[in-house]
Amino acid sequence: MSDPRASKLTPSLAQIEAANHLVEVLGEPAVSTATFRDNVRVYVNRERLILALDALRQSGFDLVELGCTDYLKYPATTGTGCRFEVHYALLNRNSTARLVVKVGVNDPDPTLPTTTTLWLGADWMEREVFDMYGIRFDGHPDLRRILMPEEFSAHPLRKDYPLRGRGERHNFPVLKRDQS
Amino acid sequence: MALEPVRPGTGPASVLSNDPKLWRAAGGYELPEGVQITTLDSAVNWCRKHSLWPMPFATACCGIELMSVGASRFDIARFGAEVMRFSPRQCDLMIVAGRVVMKMLPVLQRIWLQMPEPKWCISMGACACSGGIFDTYAVVQGIDRFMPVDVYIPGCPPRPEQILRALMDLQTKIQRGGGLTGMALPEQLAKEQMLEQVRGTAQGLELGKGAARGGEARFGYSLPGGEALLGSNEK
Repeated sequence: MSDPRASKLTPSLAQIEAANHLVEVLGEPAVSTATFRDNVRVYVNRERLILALDALRQSGFDLVELGCTDYLKYPATTGTGCRFEVHYALLNRNSTARLVVKVGVNDPDPTLPTTTTLWLGADWMEREVFDMYGIRFDGHPDLRRILMPEEFSAHPLRKDYPLRGRGERHNFPVLKRDQS
Repeated sequence: MALEPVRPGTGPASVLSNDPKLWRAAGGYELPEGVQITTLDSAVNWCRKHSLWPMPFATACCGIELMSVGASRFDIARFGAEVMRFSPRQCDLMIVAGRVVMKMLPVLQRIWLQMPEPKWCISMGACACSGGIFDTYAVVQGIDRFMPVDVYIPGCPPRPEQILRALMDLQTKIQRGGGLTGMALPEQLAKEQMLEQVRGTAQGLELGKGAARGGEARFGYSLPGGEALLGSNEK
């Protein structure tokens, strides 16, 4: 007996076509794909990231989300086998196809090429990934912290960073009644 | 009616003439009806406590309850504190309603310093008092670690009635303590001394555990879950 929702949770034709197109552009060995329900994920190499994203952009995809995951001590093997995975969620507004492009990046000094050359909107999202995970984006016009204070030295969403921080939240002068 | 010097017990029968203390305080004059004798501090405190001008420092959902207290249903105007001003220069009561993060704390301190004396502070809600559920790297675990607080309101968020209760408590406090020149509350002094002792004790001693800058125990509070651990080592 099949799940009545199952048909709705499979990749659409447009998604599969887009993924196949990407595989054609990059060549088979450089890319792997995975699907989960109606998500299509394409893993690419760091060297071919800009090539892949540019090909998708030219076929009508726009960047809707850019984020990162730290897979430190993650029990299952991930798509890339790297510690960090940066994902670019794309949407084609003509075909309504969605595609997630993932790229792995590793310690030390994780660095990726910037995508602000393709989409200006990636600017702040890359700053956020840099702020939270410490991944540098080469060629970014203004790679500063965006959420944490400028004097903050850690990257708090890394898995080896304590949930409560290292006391940064209490490094402030104390105002007392007789001083204020 | 002209004031005539009288001696206790000799004038017209009244409370004043029968009480030698009051008689002395009045300088030996019988007072006409409707005239009271009090200290200047007491009169000034009475004026102050009924004309608090709040500075709403609302950063989260507590701010919504604060707005509701200002509206007609709960009506903070009944307690003389309805004049919310968004310039700290015009305010004497700071109500910190909501969580304060690392980036916001210097702003909060600066606004507090910009308020003219005498001034008071209400820490409203679990987040402002203790960080609440946000025990994270970025949220300050209680604003009282970095600035003086007069009244704490528990709750997440507190009911509007609790805010009115806190206001009445603060009025009591203002009436009881403080003088013309500012603040001199005995419990405040005791707390300052305790914190001074905790901060001043050398490292290695029990009191001085984590006394260095950045150590969270230096404020004399214990963390509910113990000290921070490395993420991958946490149980």
